[in-house]
Amino acid sequence: MSSAITDFGHHDAHGEPRGLLRWLTTTNHKDIGILYMLFGLTMFLLGGFFAELIRGQLIHPANHLLTPELYNQVITLHGLVMVFGALMPVTAGFANYLVPLMIGAPDMALPRLNNWGFWLLPPAAIVLVLPFVLKLIGIGNGPVDTGWTMYAPLSVQGGPGVDFAIFAIFLLGASSLMASINIVVTIFNLRAPGMTLMQMPLFVWSWLMTSFLLIAVFPALIAGSAMLLADRHFGTHFFSAAGGGDPVLWEHLFWFFGHPEVYILLFPTAGIMSHILPTFARKPVFGYRAQVYSYWAIAALSVVVWAHHMFTSGMPVAGQLYFMYSTMLISVPLGVLFFCWMGTIWQGALSFETPMLFALGYIVLFGIGGLTGLVLADAVADQQYHNSFFLVAHFHYALFGGPIMGVIAGVYYWLPKMTGRMYSERLGKWHFWLTMIGFNITFMSQFFLGVAGMPRRIPDYALQFAPLNMVSSLGAFLLGASQLLLVYNIARAAAGYGKPATNEVWDGAQGLEFTLPSPPPHHTFEEQPVVT
Amino acid sequence: MSADIAATRRYFVPRPSPYPALMSFSIMLLAIGLGLAVNGYPAGRWFTGIGLLSILFALVRWIGNVIAESQGGFYHHWEDRSFRLGMIWFIISEVVLFATLFGVLFYEREVSLPWLASLDAHFTPWPHFAGAWPSAGPAGKSFSTVNPWGIPAINTLLLVSSGATVTRAHYWLRRDHRAALVFWLGLTIALGAIFLVLQAHEFYEAYTELGLTLGSGVYGATFFALTGLHGFHVTVGVVMLSALLVRIFRGHFDARHHFAFEAVSWYWHFVDVVWLLLFVFVYWL
Amino acid sequence: MIKQRKLILGSTCLTLVPQLAFARNPFEFQTPVTPIARETLYVHDLFLTIIAVLFSVGFGFLLFSVIRYRASRGHRPALFSAPRTPLQWALSALPILTLVVIDYIVMGIPAYHAVLTLANTREDAALVVKVTGSQWRWRYDYPDQGISFISNLSTSQEQRDSGAPTDPNYLLEVDKPLVLPVGKKVRVLLTSTDVIHAWWIPSFGIKQDAVPGFLRETWVKIDRPGIYRGQCAELGGGGHGFMPIVVEAKAQPDFDKWLADAQTAAAQAAAVTTLSKPELLKRGQQDYATYCALCHQPTGLACRAPFRRSLAASRSPRRRP
Ligand code: HEA
Ligand code: HEA
Ligand code: CUA
Ligand SMILES: [Cu+2]
Repeated sequence: MSSAITDFGHHDAHGEPRGLLRWLTTTNHKDIGILYMLFGLTMFLLGGFFAELIRGQLIHPANHLLTPELYNQVITLHGLVMVFGALMPVTAGFANYLVPLMIGAPDMALPRLNNWGFWLLPPAAIVLVLPFVLKLIGIGNGPVDTGWTMYAPLSVQGGPGVDFAIFAIFLLGASSLMASINIVVTIFNLRAPGMTLMQMPLFVWSWLMTSFLLIAVFPALIAGSAMLLADRHFGTHFFSAAGGGDPVLWEHLFWFFGHPEVYILLFPTAGIMSHILPTFARKPVFGYRAQVYSYWAIAALSVVVWAHHMFTSGMPVAGQLYFMYSTMLISVPLGVLFFCWMGTIWQGALSFETPMLFALGYIVLFGIGGLTGLVLADAVADQQYHNSFFLVAHFHYALFGGPIMGVIAGVYYWLPKMTGRMYSERLGKWHFWLTMIGFNITFMSQFFLGVAGMPRRIPDYALQFAPLNMVSSLGAFLLGASQLLLVYNIARAAAGYGKPATNEVWDGAQGLEFTLPSPPPHHTFEEQPVVT
Repeated sequence: MSADIAATRRYFVPRPSPYPALMSFSIMLLAIGLGLAVNGYPAGRWFTGIGLLSILFALVRWIGNVIAESQGGFYHHWEDRSFRLGMIWFIISEVVLFATLFGVLFYEREVSLPWLASLDAHFTPWPHFAGAWPSAGPAGKSFSTVNPWGIPAINTLLLVSSGATVTRAHYWLRRDHRAALVFWLGLTIALGAIFLVLQAHEFYEAYTELGLTLGSGVYGATFFALTGLHGFHVTVGVVMLSALLVRIFRGHFDARHHFAFEAVSWYWHFVDVVWLLLFVFVYWL
Repeated sequence: MIKQRKLILGSTCLTLVPQLAFARNPFEFQTPVTPIARETLYVHDLFLTIIAVLFSVGFGFLLFSVIRYRASRGHRPALFSAPRTPLQWALSALPILTLVVIDYIVMGIPAYHAVLTLANTREDAALVVKVTGSQWRWRYDYPDQGISFISNLSTSQEQRDSGAPTDPNYLLEVDKPLVLPVGKKVRVLLTSTDVIHAWWIPSFGIKQDAVPGFLRETWVKIDRPGIYRGQCAELGGGGHGFMPIVVEAKAQPDFDKWLADAQTAAAQAAAVTTLSKPELLKRGQQDYATYCALCHQPTGLACRAPFRRSLAASRSPRRRP
């Protein structure tokens, strides 16, 4: 076999596959990064489509757009697709594209593994939604319908869709682990000479922490899912009291993964903030060290607070108190991060291009998400919030207001670097303001719904909730429609329209990536730069 | 960083390869097949079969590429370090996987069983449940446990000595002493294989004589989950060790460049340590 | 820029308009009628005030920067990247310390008290009620009184199909509510027969999961007579949105009377041992209407919205091992 292969080097780009085959076989970190981001965008549209179905069903009481079963399937897929399909891949795409550029590395450390990590994602998405198709040909009763949290024994009882979701989780887990290992190794082994850990850009730090968390918690979800599969089909009793097991054990396993997961989603965009704010404030990052230490503190705390999702599951008093107080502690390092972002803006010379607008929107919206999180941490008040729309509003402020806003900011910030073209600033501003308005209409009303007593995951509701649901749905339609501006802006730049971007793109932008041409050559840093 | 890195600063980036994507889509077929099969749809078997075959194909070709690159001298110290770090972090993720299952065991023994046993006898469906470990749960069928001082003790000896023999093999590899290397590596493989045979025998006896099955409540489930997952790892380890042996016969590796050997031996030691924990917490205590 | 600020103002107002429809403060929970509910409401008001203040301070800071330090007004950036003087350090530490104080003193202490109060389910309990969730109805037992009944959603199918329901208690009405005495501490035990359900009544301030095979407990002590409504709060399959909870709180004499009636009825039902065929048929019909019709049509065929499961064509969704 070895005789057939003569040249493994990549040094000339000739003879490399083209077209679809190029994307399937690529080992180039920029190609893979772009694949990740395109996949994430597609999933964002799919998840958004599900979201619009949800809001369509909830627009008025006694609506029959979706049957209750279908409604459950739609919310479940919405949650899974948004979290695992949209957010994680998009941030991983940024990491693939940017980390080697930012640390002056020739590529990712394990390029073929990198390609594998990406190409596991489309199969995972297919496996997840396949049961829709299978149902049409008479197999099973549609996709997973248990909520994205897949609580046992509901998930033990469910149809084949649950099995497909479990297999999708295996694929996603394998993919995330490979991507994380790759990033950790790249950061440890491929930094340009002279770049110490404490000189790394904060985005790189944020992904280092993200990878650590993924490696530390994803295996737990994989193990839990395997146990669920065994309970479903191989007669085990992990989650059933009759055999000495406990349904709540699933909740522990899920949230041991699930809580750190929210910081896995948050970290990369917290890192992005520390690139965008200094550029548009024309001022160095404030509190670099403090931010790095906050990352460490958040990561460490995040793995010991999981049961704050289970205050109503029935816990001993000591447990309630411990999980309440430890959860509150996380607000301290996150407060430090907020403080550093504010400090970066303070006394700068601010200008408000689209990335900056989204970054400021991030601070405001995620501020609301984080502060309401603090309220949820109260074990007794949580009796009222838990599984109500107050919770739904909290986590959309935290998930959309945080990571998604951050990702959009990042897209606008680096799009010119990646495509070599400027996006339309005017449409970008429209996108921002419509998003802000639509988002707040959609989810502010949900806080009130929750406080008024509306449970989540119900396809139909009592009359006192009708007016606010109508408002929320209309807001969601506006929010959804305005995302088309984002799609347009990306497509336009990718197709080569718009003003050409300079190397630096933004005046005063710092970082190795802004020393390269826009777009950067296919292979960067074949000879590593030396950082002084 | 060592001198030769600073001198070259050229990192080997492999050419585009079809195998990762092929592997992914084969795994997708496998997943779809299993999803159908566990729900009783016979069509699943075809997907599973085709998936497995093409996974095998992609794996062999991919590893073939890596070996050829390695033999072709494309990997230097810098690349080598990436592989080492990668392997270490992979093993860390495996540690979390096993730690989770040990956590489950702990939860069952210390939380869920005592809890079930302490419920208000007036209102619970299982007022007479005592919750003592080992337990099949309030509604489970009784069973006997495996005697730790039988096969498990022998297996412990086997695995511990195989850890020693693989270290010995490495020792001779570093001295480029092929014959001794082959001997000690062969011995390691043999010990691993005997372990597997005994383990399979133990499972068989558990099912046929002890009444200990996957369905034996939390005890049975956790017992087979932990020992089964470990057994799977030993199997993978034996296959990888055998692959090393084949490569050694082909004259691969030298005293300084043998990352594959080291990676597998790390893995083997990891599997070894897990077994010790299993022996103590699953069989013995 | 001015235009944009107007926009933000406008959008804020827009979200607030429907709130005016609420007579009460839209930030507040449903009127509390138990000690726990009052305590959660207090905690909630306190926390929401605090985070509103925190948010306003943060937002004010941000607005100030955005207006004051804009490049378009020719502001020149400062160059600091960390606090330098001791005063600056102190000023930076201040917000963080404030956060700690808020977490552990202002919020932490009332929260501590509330946790202990909620956990105290047994002391002085005058009555024990057992609540059992199952797909998708609640069953209530008064073990010491020998009473037990099932409580089903009673909103009519016409209402649900109408597209424009008018019933003021749409989806919040049951055939047999749980009846509890006023002013007595009631210990509530919860369990389930299939999946996890959660028993939530907002004006009682409690939400407790019902876990199959286990027992959970909580307690209520209702201030005044009335009808209180809540819903299941843990996804449990297709009918999760359709298992409301209704509690009728009665003054002690009324409660005693209800109890006596219910006990006689239970005794009578137990006394009838042999039933004639027509009686059996009638009983069957009643049971069908109570338990089965929710999901299945009498013909055994695919059924009416919102449930679409058919008995005739049923092929168990998964093969049980
Ligand atoms: C990115 C996602 C994300 C993030 C970052 C967070 C952050 C936090 N979350 Fe949230 N959470 C979710 C996503 C997230 N959450 C999701 C998805 C769920 C529900 C899952 C489900 O059930 O389906 C959930 C549920 C959830 C619960 C469970 C509630 C329940 O089920 O009953 C709790 C309880 O404690 C909680 C708490 C917190 C806390 C304390 C934080 C803290 O980290 C927040 C710390 C931040 C701050 C305290 C802000 C500090 C800022 C300032 C002081 C100044 C701000 C002001 C301005 C600048 C304007 N969250
Ligand atoms: C990152 C995560 C994320 C994001 C971004 C969103 C975004 C949105 N979510 Fe999401 N949501 C979750 C994560 C997320 N959600 C999770 C985890 C749950 C819990 C699930 C569960 O209960 O298990 C949930 C649950 C949830 C509910 C509660 C359902 C219930 O409990 O009954 C609702 C209801 O309003 C909702 C609405 C929305 C809306 C309107 C958006 C909007 O912001 C979406 C806006 C974006 C778009 C609309 C895309 C734009 C594109 C188009 C409009 C084009 C149309 C499509 C094509 C071209 C194909 N979500
Ligand atoms: Cu019962 Cu939801
Ligand atoms: Cu959490």
